[in-house]
Amino acid sequence: MSTRETILDILEEMHSDVDYDTEDKLVTNKILDSFDLVSLVTELSDEFDIQITAKDFVEENFNSLDTLTAMVERLMEE
Amino acid sequence: MLLTSYEFIIFISICFVLYYILPKRFQWILLLVASYVFYFMAGTFYPLFLLATSLITYTTAILIEKRAKKEKAYIAQHKEELSREEKKAYKNRSAKAKRRIMLIGLLLCLGILAVFKYADFTIDNINFVLTAIGSDRELDYLDLLLPMGISFYTFQSLGYLLDVYWEKVQAQRNLPKYMLFVSFFPQLIQGPISRYSDLARTLYEQHTFNWKNVRFGLERILWGYFKKLVVADTILTAVSVIITDEYYNGAWVLVGIVFYGIELYADFTGGIDITIGVAQVFGIKVEENFIRPYFSKNIAEYWRRWHISMGTWFRDYIFYPMSISKSMNSLTKTCKKKFGKGVAKRVPVYLATMVTWFATGIWHGASWNFVMWGVMNGVVILISGELEPLYAKFRAAFPRLVKTRFYDGFQVIRTFLLMGSLRLFDCYRDVPLSFQMFFSMFRDFDLRALTWEEFSYLGLTWQQYLIVLVGTIIMFLVSMAGRKGSVREQLSAKPYIVKYAVFVILLFAVILFGSYGVGYDAAQFIYNQF
Repeated sequence: MSTRETILDILEEMHSDVDYDTEDKLVTNKILDSFDLVSLVTELSDEFDIQITAKDFVEENFNSLDTLTAMVERLMEE
Repeated sequence: MLLTSYEFIIFISICFVLYYILPKRFQWILLLVASYVFYFMAGTFYPLFLLATSLITYTTAILIEKRAKKEKAYIAQHKEELSREEKKAYKNRSAKAKRRIMLIGLLLCLGILAVFKYADFTIDNINFVLTAIGSDRELDYLDLLLPMGISFYTFQSLGYLLDVYWEKVQAQRNLPKYMLFVSFFPQLIQGPISRYSDLARTLYEQHTFNWKNVRFGLERILWGYFKKLVVADTILTAVSVIITDEYYNGAWVLVGIVFYGIELYADFTGGIDITIGVAQVFGIKVEENFIRPYFSKNIAEYWRRWHISMGTWFRDYIFYPMSISKSMNSLTKTCKKKFGKGVAKRVPVYLATMVTWFATGIWHGASWNFVMWGVMNGVVILISGELEPLYAKFRAAFPRLVKTRFYDGFQVIRTFLLMGSLRLFDCYRDVPLSFQMFFSMFRDFDLRALTWEEFSYLGLTWQQYLIVLVGTIIMFLVSMAGRKGSVREQLSAKPYIVKYAVFVILLFAVILFGSYGVGYDAAQFIYNQF
């Protein structure tokens, strides 16, 4: 499974009623609340063996599946 | 210098004239000088502490950034020769060095704040323990005077330091410019706590005289004066009587909740109106700190609308960093194995929430009352979160009811009373008394105790009660209008006679009905001591 697909799975488990292909305001529109964001960070860190720090914990990175994927892939490179 | 004093008006007027007469490139320098003069007038030695915090955060931010640049340059230069492990090791060493510098800056600034704000509270508690274990020893209080606004500018500087550390902003290399960011005088008294990314550009830009900005700024200042002098300072007398005499229990506690709610809102938002208005007159945009908070339908919404800059500061610099940290991650994993997903999911949020609210409480004041207030806010927020599935069921069971204005009203009033009850810790001399008075609202509730005669003993005439009532209705109507967009824009679109009538009425209300009496000097902005 690709990185994008794995992340999609994690997101769908949290909120199955969102179209993650088109939604690009997951944080801005409060679709993901603080519980969700914190859980998401925990699961992404576990799944991809990366460390998401406060530096990357910004709205832009978490607003869409695409930006999340980009962030995770970048952190995996480092 | 009070924001509602003659000195302040004269000070602003002088600054205003100089600001638009001088060549634009000196505007920010004038603001810097004005800020330090303003602070010097508040207390001869205060500027030293302001300078200390500015220098510490300025220096540590630059050191961190230099280290980060060195790291990037090194990695780029030796990209081919270094193995992945070597790169990672180098990055780890660099990260540790940056972290050390950041912690030094953080601890020094917090140290200054801690000594001034919390030394006597700590000594108090040590003495309490000493007495409890039967010792004769007692530590003396330091009795230090708290530099004005130290809680605000310390947190504003630390926010900047952390933003540089997390590479969200570039460090400001120009020291006087940075000093202005920390000391910008309209914010020194009661915030808001601005972010460097929001304030810096508007602060350092060159500003051309813009009549609309000046007019809107003056209107905002006048509105703040109205709320503060006509409403807040008038009702404050009654609030003070109610909260200092235990006679006022039962239904009187509810009266106190309502009166204090009005007073705190009018005072705090009025002060912020003056701050934002003054900044606007200089062409500088300061972010809103309140958005109709009493229209909130639940506690979570309330904290997105009340003292916004403080809430977001604690969220971004304590709550999130703590809840996504490595140690929290490991703790969550351990909990998942032992207690399952449900518990594990809650652990980081619960822990981080309670720490954040404990910190919020203690930031407000060096007393157990404030700690309790903060902790109770945290507890209520977490309970509300847990009750959400129940609320969802209720909404599904009564879909028509929940769409009515009646239900909206119910939620608004419920939230007002909830937040007002939490605020009781603000009012009474200690925590046990606060609980006692809260429960007396239920145990000893008797509307018959609320006679007109009793109200007259609170120190207000019927005319003053009427002024507060009319003032509150006006504030309510302005808030309702604010839901449609900028009230000043709406007013601007009205015919001249309406605009000038409003202006004249407000001005005369402030002059005629403003509380300038005996309690005036004592009625400092509540947050001024922060």
